[in-house]
Order: sequence, then C-alpha cells, then structure tokens
Amino acid sequence: MQLTYEDITILATGSLIAWSCALLGSFLMLRRMALAGDAIAHAVLPGIVIAFLLSGTRSSPVMIAGAATLGLITTFAIETLQKKARLQADASIGLTFTFLFAVGVILLSMLAGKVDLDQDCVLYGELSYVPLDVWITSTGTVLGPRALFITATLFIVLLTIITITWRPLLITTFDPVYATSIGVNSVFYHYLLMGCVSVTTVVSFELVGAILVVALLIAPAATAYLLTDSFRNLIILACGLGLVAVAGGYFLATAVDASVAGSIATVNGLLFMAAFLFSPRYGLLFRKKRTAIIH
Amino acid sequence: MNTLFEFLSLSDPNVRYVTLGAMLLMGSSSLMGTFTLLNKKSLIGDAIAHAVLPGVCLGFIFSGSKDPLWILAGAFFTGAFSVYLIDFIVQHSRIKEDTAIALVLSVFFGAGIVLLTFIQKSGNAAQSGLDQFLFGRAAAINRNDLMVFGITAVVIASATLLFKRIFILMAFDRDYARSLGFPVKFIQFIQTSLIVLAVVIGIQAVGVVLMAAVLITPAAAARYWSNSVKGILLIATMVGLFSGFAGAFVSYVAPAMPTGPWIVVVASVMAFASMIFSPQSGMLSRYLHQRRLRHTVADENLLKVFYQLAETDKTFFDGRTLAQLTGRRKFQIVSLKRRLSRLQRQGYLEKSGDGWKLTDAGLIRAQRIVKIHRLWELYLTTYMKIAPDHVHEDADTIEHLLTPELEQELERQLGYPDTDPHQAEIPYRKN
Amino acid sequence: METTALEIHDLTVAFSRKPVLWNVDAKLPAGKLIGIIGPNGAGKSTLIKAIMGIVPLSSGYVKIFGQELNAVRRRVSYVPQRESVDWDFPVSVMDVTLMGRYAHVGMFKKLRKADYDIAYDALRKMGMEAFANRQIAQLSGGQQQRTFLARALAQQADLYLMDEPFAGVDAATEKAVITLLREMTEQGKTVIVVHHNLQSAAQYFDCLLLLNTRLIACGPVADVFTPENLQDTYGGKLTLLTDVANLMRKENYPVREAQLQKE
Repeated sequence: MQLTYEDITILATGSLIAWSCALLGSFLMLRRMALAGDAIAHAVLPGIVIAFLLSGTRSSPVMIAGAATLGLITTFAIETLQKKARLQADASIGLTFTFLFAVGVILLSMLAGKVDLDQDCVLYGELSYVPLDVWITSTGTVLGPRALFITATLFIVLLTIITITWRPLLITTFDPVYATSIGVNSVFYHYLLMGCVSVTTVVSFELVGAILVVALLIAPAATAYLLTDSFRNLIILACGLGLVAVAGGYFLATAVDASVAGSIATVNGLLFMAAFLFSPRYGLLFRKKRTAIIH
Repeated sequence: MNTLFEFLSLSDPNVRYVTLGAMLLMGSSSLMGTFTLLNKKSLIGDAIAHAVLPGVCLGFIFSGSKDPLWILAGAFFTGAFSVYLIDFIVQHSRIKEDTAIALVLSVFFGAGIVLLTFIQKSGNAAQSGLDQFLFGRAAAINRNDLMVFGITAVVIASATLLFKRIFILMAFDRDYARSLGFPVKFIQFIQTSLIVLAVVIGIQAVGVVLMAAVLITPAAAARYWSNSVKGILLIATMVGLFSGFAGAFVSYVAPAMPTGPWIVVVASVMAFASMIFSPQSGMLSRYLHQRRLRHTVADENLLKVFYQLAETDKTFFDGRTLAQLTGRRKFQIVSLKRRLSRLQRQGYLEKSGDGWKLTDAGLIRAQRIVKIHRLWELYLTTYMKIAPDHVHEDADTIEHLLTPELEQELERQLGYPDTDPHQAEIPYRKN
Repeated sequence: METTALEIHDLTVAFSRKPVLWNVDAKLPAGKLIGIIGPNGAGKSTLIKAIMGIVPLSSGYVKIFGQELNAVRRRVSYVPQRESVDWDFPVSVMDVTLMGRYAHVGMFKKLRKADYDIAYDALRKMGMEAFANRQIAQLSGGQQQRTFLARALAQQADLYLMDEPFAGVDAATEKAVITLLREMTEQGKTVIVVHHNLQSAAQYFDCLLLLNTRLIACGPVADVFTPENLQDTYGGKLTLLTDVANLMRKENYPVREAQLQKE
C-alpha cells in the first residue's frame, strides 16, 4: 500500500494529538482524575460557542481561550460543588459537565445555520478533512495543513510545560501530602494540568470529537500502565501506543470505510485488551498462572 | 399565559406524547438514579449510555431493520456488559475505577461510531434515524414510544417498591446484606438491569451525553431536601417529572429548541437552587445561621461590657455613656449605636440620661455569659490542665454557645464553684 | 543548638468546625526522640499535619526552632502514613528517595551528583541500597516504610515528624528503624513519632506527648508515663468536651468568635 500525501498528513496530525493526549492522560490516570478529564472534554462546548458568539470567528486562538476558560470553570465548579454544597464527588462531576454540555447544545441550536459547528462535529470530529484546510499566508504562500501546525505547536508546548514542571507534577501526583509539607502548591499544578487538558480537548475537538479524545487521553495510558513500572516509560509507551492506535485505526477505517476517530478508539480498546490479557507482569493469564504455582 | 393553557390542555396529540413521554422517562430514571447516587456510582450511568451505541448498531445489523425489539436487546446487552467489564477490569488489574469507566465508555462509544458509519455507508435505507440515539429525539416521541416508556416506568417503579429495602441495605452496607443471607449478586444483577433499562429508554429522549444527568441530577437535587431514602426517591421523581414537563413546554413554545438539553438545564437549575435554598443544608440557610450567630455574639459581648463596668463600680443599674463603653472594649461607634438601639428594642437595655443601662432581662443575660465564661475557664484549667493564662480566648468563644443543659452539666461537674482560675467571682442567678 | 525544637501554642484544629485538637500547648525539646501517644481518633496525625501546615489551624500557632514554618521548612522533614499513597505508582525506590532532595534543590534546578550520593547514602542507612532501582509496587510493607524513611533522611533535616512509621511493618524493620532513630537523636536531630503501641512506647522514647483531643501530659517518659496520665489518655473522652465539640459542628460555630466575621 502506497501512502499518499493526505495519508501522511492525517497520520501525522493524529499522532501529534495522540501524543499530547498521552502526556496528559498518564497524569490524569495516576491522579484518579480520568473522569474529570472526560467531564472537561464535554464541558468546553459552551466555551467554544460563546467564544464564537463574542468574536464572530472560528479562529483557533479565540476558541482555545474560550475552551480553556470553560475548562478551568469546570474544574472550579466540580470542587465548589464538593466543598461548598457538600455534594459527593461523582455527582459533582456528572452534574457539572452535563449542565454545561446542555447549555452548549442550546446555544448551538440558537445559532443554527449561523455557524458551521454542530453536535455531529462535537461527537465525531473528522480527521479526514485535515489535508483540505490549508494555511495560506497573506502573500499567498501555501504553508500546509492548518491542523498539523496547531497540533504540532500544542505538542511542543505541552512537552515543554511537562518537562519544566516534571518534578512538582510527579510529586503532587504521587504524594500530595508530602508535596505540601515541602512547600509545593498542589492547587496550582492541579489547575495547570486541567488547563492543559482543556486546551488539548478543544484542539482535538474538530479532529476526533469530544468523546474519542477521552479514548486517546486514557486508553494508551491505561494500557501502558499494565506494561511498565516506570513513569517515564509509561509516558513513552503511551505515546507509542497512541501512534499505533492512530495508524491502525486509520487503516481500519479506510479498509471498512468507517469513522477514523471511532476506529482509533476501537484499536485503542483492542490494545488495552491485549495488555490486560497478555502483559508479562500484570496480564490476566500470567497472573492466574503465577498464583497457580504459588498454591 | 394562553400558551401555557394550550399546552396544559394537551389537546395536540403530539404535545401529549412528548410531554407524557418526557415525564415518564425522567420519573423512572430518577428512581434508579437515586440508587446509583447512594451507591456513589453516579457515573456508571454515563458509561452505560455510551456503551449502548454499539449494541444499537449490532441489533440493527442482525435484524437488518429498525426493529425496536432487536435494537433494545442489543442496547441492553452491551450496556449491561459494560458495567460488568468495568468491574472485571478493576478487580483483575491495577487499573482504578475512574480510569476503567473512562476507558470502557470511550472505547465502546468509538466502536459504536465505527459500526454506525459502517451501516450508514452500507446503503441500507432503513438506517436513517439510528443516530437519534446519539442526540435524543424527545420532540419526536410517538404513540408506540409512549407505550414502551409507560411499560418501562411501571417495571422500574414496581421493582423499586418490591426491592426498596434490600436496595437500600446494599447501598449502605453490602457485607452486612450478604451476612443476612441475601443473594447479593442476584439482587445486584436486577439493580444493574433496571439501571441499564432506564438508560436504554432514556437515551432516546436526551441522547448519549446528557443521559448521565437524567440519572444524577434529580437525585442530587433531592438529596438536599430529605435524609430518608423514601423521601429522596419521592422528591427525585418529582424533580424528574417536572423537568420532563418543563423541557417539553420549552420546545412547545420555541420549536427550534432541543427538548433534551432543556430538560437537563431545568433539572440542573433545580439542583443548584436546592443547594442554595434547602432549609437543612442549603448554602443560604448556612449563611443566615452564621449571621444570626454573629449577631448573638456581638450582642452578648456588648451586654458583657455593661456587666464588667458594673462589677468594677459595684452598681448594676447605672447609665453608661458611649465613652465608658468604648473605654472598656473596642467598638466601632456607628455599629455600637445600632447595636445599642437593637438591644433596647429587644428589651435588654434602656435609655438612662445620656447613656444606656441594663434592664432586668439584660442583667440576667449578661450575668449568664460572664458565668459561663468563668466556669469554662475553670473547666479548662481543672479538666484539661491548661495554664490559667491560656484559657481566656477559648472561654470568650464558648460563652455564647452553650445550651442550658450543657450549662447545668458544667456547673454540676465543677460543683458550683465560687471563683474562676483568676479568683474572679462566678455570678450565679439569685432565686 | 536550640533547646526547644518545637513550640505549639494554644493549637486548636477543627474539621467541619468540630475541634479534633483542643488548645494543645506544648514545648518539645531538641535532640530527643519523642513519641506522640493516644487512642484512635485522638488527633495524633492531625497534630503533626497541623505542624507541617497540611491542615489549617483554627487557632494558635506553631514555631519550629523559634521561627515560622516557611522560614525553616528545609530543616523539617515529614513522613506521611504509608497508606496515604498509591504503591502501584510507577516510580522506583530511588525516585522516591530523590524527592527528599527536591526540598533543597527546588522544583526546577538540576539534581547534582552530590544529591544522588546523599539519596544513595540514605538508602544504605535503611538497608535498601539493593532495591534502589526496584519499582515500589514490588516492595513489602516494611520495605515501603524504609523507602519513606530514606526519603526523609535524604532531606537532611534537623526535625523529623513521622506518622506511624511502625504501623504494619515486620519486627526486623521496626528494630532497624528504632536503632536508626536513636542514632539520629544522638547526632542532635529531633525525631517526633506518632506511635500506637503503648507497650513499646516507654522503652523507645525519651519523651512522650500524651494526647486525646486535649493534651494530657508532655515531658520525659519517667515523669509522664504514669498510671493516672494513661488513665486520662485512654479512659475515654471528656463527655462534656465531646458534647461541646459536637454542638460546635451542629451550629457551625467557629473555634474563635472572630472567625464568624470572615464567612
């Protein structure tokens, strides 16, 4: 099979999203905030719509600002419901994101026809359009697919942030109480991480959809967690698995003529299942065997 | 207003179907939502809602048509499977529950999308409308749907009545339920099936993403109004019914408005309102309570100053000027004046010349505060062995708090002493 | 060398407005091995969390070597309860130990070779050098505790606060740890340990702080390890005090009346 320019563009963009998601997803999983990530992925919808209403453009910086704001509001609302209204954690998450998503859908239907943004795009996303939307400078030079630039920037920014704040992120994730005792501000890093998740979500929105971005955030990290005991390897492995899922998903989608994003999630699920069953250390089959020997 | 009457008359059959359908769905889901909330597993509903999609598609593929029975069966199967899969992953690996839920819901949904797009492109004309499971189609509920919703509501309501006691026991203490010999696994299976049923039906009205709200939000709102499961079930159902009704009304008035999201917004607003206005645990009642306490404390601190001045001068009913009062304790003049007239209105103080003096009632109250203050200081030094120079601040706080019962208990435990650790006389009320 | 390592002044800590520590007032001497003793729910862990600024104080203050916590944070090391972290976390024993160096190096500066040496030395003292590259998921309970202590040692502090370091560890570890703590105090370090075993308390520690919501006694073992004090500590709570504490929660009444203005 010959890879065309379009194939390479889509694969590159998809992989960059997968890597950004894997970086953040590893932390979300270990901080037991996978569902908060899921909530943010949905709750940024009204942020995008409001950003559009206020600015009248679909330009990326405005959308990203709108989504990031909503992401932080979501994080804050979940905590406020727990602390001030004394609502249990799972209900706080569920209440917040469904409310914000419903508001987003209502705003969308008020705008019906005025904006090329609808529920379909929220739920599915469409990677196949990546090569079509190219970035052209004012002088007319074609620079290449816009999404590729955006996702590459996002990945580099996230990688930089995580490299710089690696130590406080690690320590607030592993042992928040100890982190406080040596004077690390865990609240700041919590919001930093959630802010990154919202930005990543909105960038991924149009490409893979709100729900499948959750698959990219969590599934590779979860799979890697069954394969390694080192945090660094976990992140590298999660990035690798994300790449495999994107490539596998893309070819599966092409083969059966189905949604690319959905296929990526499906392959992610298959990879997890394989690790769940066959991981040398933590796989179900080998665990069973080991216990059998002990008995 | 006319619109409302028109709507309420339910003369238009479509309005009737939509309104009753939305209410039946919301009402029956609220019942099951209460149990997921009590089990602290609210988000399992979110997972089921997403996991239903591949089942819907499989049902379609197997039957080759939009036969509702096949589709519901498929939906039910994958929905229930997801619950067990989440449990299995958590029990047999180091993956924690939140990750397992996020993983299962997104992967199942992804697989569903693959199947859906596959079906859509396969050219089967009957497929149109399958994606209504994604977004809901409350506005298009018809007579047949209403029948299905009605039967579901009856099943869920009667099962809830039948199993209420054991459901509650399992939510509260599963091991104890097992020790009593209840078939916990079987009952859990029934409960899970009912939740999946509620989701499968409800999703057709509000769609995949908002289904979680249908389960969680009415129950969360009800939690603020009642402490008994029966009460929560009842109130959650009412919140559910009302939001179903209101959502249908909004889309009747403004047909462009989506029904499902409005149902969720109405239910959420009711939940937020409950958090604020609930008399037992609402934020407003807590705020008002704090304000009342603040007044009590400030009132009593002022009365205490009158008493202390009296103790120094050995005359209890002399008028005191503002200068005398501020000389004893720091006050803001404006708020001091306001407080003085407040206490005058309440009958604790009266004007006397260019100042104020204690009334009999004021003296009794002031004396009680000073007594408790000194008794508490003594309690801290004797029972808690705290040095006499470290007890004043604590007593300053506790003096306003004690109930008459605790006051008596304090007197009794200390044996009605005469003086506090600083040798100040403890004033008892003379009968 | 200071004579007082830790001064706790009128410390009250409340959760949901219910005091769990009430007016605790104590001075702990430097260079001693000090045990905090009391029944379950006495507020032992809360006391050291309050000292480390992990839970907010409702009233009172804490001075460490005569200064505020933030001024001397580098000289203080805290060892949380072993159960407070997820031991499935993908880090190695060495990674955890190096966290102790973060307190000195900061969050962003590079670790130098000296830091690795110090961490390795700490592991060696805990008998864990052979496990340096082992993932923490594969450790026994005792090894997990040794890892936590190695992290504290790597902090090279003067004051150590340890929350139940002997809970759920094997006898060999307990013995090794107590020997090490003794050595540390001989070198002038102050070690404060939350301990739940009354039998070993008298022989392990130089000083004891007996706690049950309120402070019962604090001083050298010979002075405070008396039947009367133990009776006060373990003989149940003061009912009146408990009633008042419950009333404070019910009425949402603050520990100091001035705090009413804040909300």
